[in-house]
Amino acid sequence: MMPLASFATGESIGGTLIQRLGDEKLPVEGVIITVSQDGNEIGSGDSGADGKWEIPVPGAGIYQVSLDTSTLPEGVALTDPDKEALSDVKVRDGQSKKVIFPLGEGVVSTVSMYQRVGALFIAGLKLGAIIALSAVGLSLVFGVTGLVNFAHAEMVTLGAIAAYFFHASALGPRWPLVIAIVPAVLVGAGFGWIQERSLWRPLRNRHTGLVAMMVVSIGLSFALRNLFLIIFGGEPRAYPDFAGQPPIEILGISMVPKQLLTIAISLIVLAGVGIFLQKSRAGTAMRAVSDDADLAESSGINVNRIILITWTLAGGLAALGGTFFGLNEAVQWDMGFKLLLLIFAAVVLGGLGTAYGAMVGGFIVGVAVEMSTLIFPNELKTAVGLALLIVILLAKPQGLLGTKERIG
Amino acid sequence: MDWGSVLIDGILATIGPLTAAYAISAIGLNLQFGYAGLLNFGHVAFMLVGAYGAAITVDLGGPLWLGVIVGILVAALLGLLLGLPTLRLRADYLAITTIAAAEVIRLLVRSSWAQPITNSVFGIQGFADSFFDLNPFPASQLYGIGSLVVTGRKLWVMLVGWALVVLMTLLIRRLIKSPWGRVLKAIREDEDATIALGKNVFAYKLQALMIGGAIAGIAGILLAIEQQNVTPDAYLPKITFILYVIVILGGAGTILGPVVGAVVFQFLFFTIDALMVNAQANIGWVGDLLTPAAAGQVKLVLVGVGMMVLMIFRPQGILGNKEEALIDER
Amino acid sequence: MNADHPMTGVAPEPGVRKPDPVLIADGLQRSFGGLHAVDIDHLEVQRHTVTSLIGPNGAGKTTLFNLLTGFDKPDAGEWHLDGGALVGIAAFRVARRGMVRTFQLTRSLARLTVMDNMLVAAKNNAGEGLWGSLTGGWHATERANEQRASELLDRFGLDHMADEYAGSLSGGQRKLLEMARALMMDPEVVMLDEPMAGVNPVLTQSLLSHITGLRDGGKTVVFVEHDMDIVQEISDWVIVMAQGRVIAEGPPDIIAKNPDVIDAYLGAHHGEAAE
Ligand SMILES: Nc1ncnc2c1ncn2[C@@H]1O[C@H](COP(=O)(O)OP(=O)(O)OP(=O)(O)O)[C@@H](O)[C@H]1O
Ligand SMILES: [Mg+2]
Repeated sequence: MMPLASFATGESIGGTLIQRLGDEKLPVEGVIITVSQDGNEIGSGDSGADGKWEIPVPGAGIYQVSLDTSTLPEGVALTDPDKEALSDVKVRDGQSKKVIFPLGEGVVSTVSMYQRVGALFIAGLKLGAIIALSAVGLSLVFGVTGLVNFAHAEMVTLGAIAAYFFHASALGPRWPLVIAIVPAVLVGAGFGWIQERSLWRPLRNRHTGLVAMMVVSIGLSFALRNLFLIIFGGEPRAYPDFAGQPPIEILGISMVPKQLLTIAISLIVLAGVGIFLQKSRAGTAMRAVSDDADLAESSGINVNRIILITWTLAGGLAALGGTFFGLNEAVQWDMGFKLLLLIFAAVVLGGLGTAYGAMVGGFIVGVAVEMSTLIFPNELKTAVGLALLIVILLAKPQGLLGTKERIG
Repeated sequence: MDWGSVLIDGILATIGPLTAAYAISAIGLNLQFGYAGLLNFGHVAFMLVGAYGAAITVDLGGPLWLGVIVGILVAALLGLLLGLPTLRLRADYLAITTIAAAEVIRLLVRSSWAQPITNSVFGIQGFADSFFDLNPFPASQLYGIGSLVVTGRKLWVMLVGWALVVLMTLLIRRLIKSPWGRVLKAIREDEDATIALGKNVFAYKLQALMIGGAIAGIAGILLAIEQQNVTPDAYLPKITFILYVIVILGGAGTILGPVVGAVVFQFLFFTIDALMVNAQANIGWVGDLLTPAAAGQVKLVLVGVGMMVLMIFRPQGILGNKEEALIDER
Repeated sequence: MNADHPMTGVAPEPGVRKPDPVLIADGLQRSFGGLHAVDIDHLEVQRHTVTSLIGPNGAGKTTLFNLLTGFDKPDAGEWHLDGGALVGIAAFRVARRGMVRTFQLTRSLARLTVMDNMLVAAKNNAGEGLWGSLTGGWHATERANEQRASELLDRFGLDHMADEYAGSLSGGQRKLLEMARALMMDPEVVMLDEPMAGVNPVLTQSLLSHITGLRDGGKTVVFVEHDMDIVQEISDWVIVMAQGRVIAEGPPDIIAKNPDVIDAYLGAHHGEAAE
């Protein structure tokens, strides 16, 4: 369980950054290179005056190495722009693995602060959209049942994996991603439905306490996560559609179209959820149950039905969020759990149980996390998001839009 | 199938230092969760800071005994820092904040920023030599009966580990059987009612968090010493979840629950492990179906399912009182 | 009302001064959103009396209790217990100073025995400190507390339940336990939020005698009650709240005839209540 890693052998990944200009070879200094494994950053370093860089790694295994193109000096660029990240660099026991990033003459000039902030802001909105989509369901479920559902994370992962199945799996129909999203969301919604019918409603009927239910949800989350690992494997996989999409430039800021697509669709869906809550009978009932379940029950609302609808909606939204997450990053067995803490941050930020709070909170957290890389190292991104959560709770224990419990 | 060796492997793992460390950590968690009702989902962080506190002290040239003290104090201090802002929050917020805080700590420790002190992902090794210098048993000699044998090195850690388990259990027993423990239980049942009785609920919760944290710190130090190694990625949230399973399995809010839980859990965990390894080697189709990696994952799935099943069907665990469990909670 | 009664001669009007107030509130305000749950200019509670607090549902009675006992914070205002200011004092300190409350929705410590419920309420127990619990030496106090707890349980007819879990008591028994537990603290002012709700009529009678007994034993009781017959029977003074404000005060017989009260509270039942 607690692996006894041995570092004595000193595995590392390294190389020399050389820019070729005709026959001339010039070392390139000060370029940041990052090594990670399964999405966890292992370390980073920059090239020296001789262009050499080396990053030690904890042991033999498969690593991902990426070069931060924004740190390339003016006039230097990758000869193949798609090769800024190498996804499976295999390091053997005791090996100092050498990798090469071919550099040539670049037309791109150094990125200005404006461009950097702009790009990070867009990336933040994208992450925020994903968080918001996932967080709304968690918050709605909390509202109607009082349960903080840790297994919500796995609803996110399930969506991403389901989309992968319909889109790219050898066993699946191999539909284009835009079509595969539809059954993926349905799978997510169905999972929400099944969970409520087969687990949560029976537990409520047995008068299981909320704390006990929370522990059950942690067990469920743990079991499902490892089940995904068995079924899907540990490697991150990208959706073939839209992979390596070339960036476009708007107002001088470079962005990938799929980011914009994610933001746009999320906003539309979130607006739809808002209208549903505000205008539809089920949505109004949902808010009524959130306010006071007993009162809602006595005024003729079928509370169990409303809770079932909420779970189904939450499952579908989480699945959509998961698909977008997979689209922009990669599909992986524990992606939902990695996102979960940020989802919590968003939900708490907005005030547990308020759907709009979760939406707003999601965008704030997403933008804060991405923008934090202006100041903090990339690997502390998540930490910054979580620290934000803690700070907010200090300042406003009920969240931004939440209200206090009553006593007596 | 070689049932004998399956059983031996299971027993050896169960009486080992890892079980002792889990038992100690679970004793700390039980004080917080079982008695005070605090949903601390960042328990692993206390083990982390305890272990790192000791390792870094030695790394900076201090003696190990000082490292142990530093580790325990830092773990208690973490309880204070974590508790001051969060203990006024509702239970569900507390759960979210503590798990977040634990992850922040792990991410900070493994970041390149902390490299000069923590050596980031590579961790710190070989800081416990002076502990093994005290070992009265020749390190590589074998002790035991039949095939149930351990090395002198392991025996030493085991003895110290289980002695600590006994010590911590006695400490908790004294605390819980006193009026202090009664107030703690009252808080678990109903915070507002306990406040109305004039008790400084916040102070009690803080004390429980700090004492439980310091105990978990001891567990972390024990593990670190056993392995002569600390690395940040050994302190994932899943350790906290496993500790919850242990506490609930044994019986939350019972004095011996965490110890019984740790022993039973580890026995099942490692016996299942040994069973699967054995089956892979001896039964053809199992070997084809189940790679060693998948076998480890199957075990974790079982941990999760076990956690659910326990909480639903036997929330009082092995030692808990049936009657108590039947009393509706809120 | 007989002539030597302490409230004799006190005018039956909202906010009136009392000869010997134990509790004084000034300008107390609390609103939830736009709703003024409590908005009181001046209120006094006379020492050694049973003072009833009545008012329709949502009048702000529980909120007032919460404010006075430190469980909720007012938007404005101050209040004094026995001359000591209570603004900003934590709820547990308010209880230690001698103003103890019970809750409208009973709060029993379910997985503690009835006896432990009582013992946990005892004051000044050295064994409740971390250090004291480790060093021991609290056993003598414990014996004395057990003695007192047994007597109280006996008075409330719960002595045979002492070793049962509080969670296994009936609803009415829990009300009794909560009251007995409050008394275990030996308070000066007891604030009871609907102590009779759900208690059977026979027990109600004995509870009423406990309440008057408390007053005769030198305590002040403030209690919320919806049943006008009970209020009539035992109160020395009645405070009427509606929509967060004190709309009337006075001896029970006068209050029952007050047209404002009848309007705001008694409504259609006015005929029965005024009998
Ligand atoms: N925490 C809260 N949040 C929002 N509104 C509240 C809160 N607590 C009380 N209120 C509102 O304040 C008003 C007064 O409530 P309170 O509970 O004090 O009434 P009450 O006089 O005790 O009524 P009852 O006789 O029904 O117990 C009500 O309208 C109630 O809805
Ligand atoms: Mg009330």
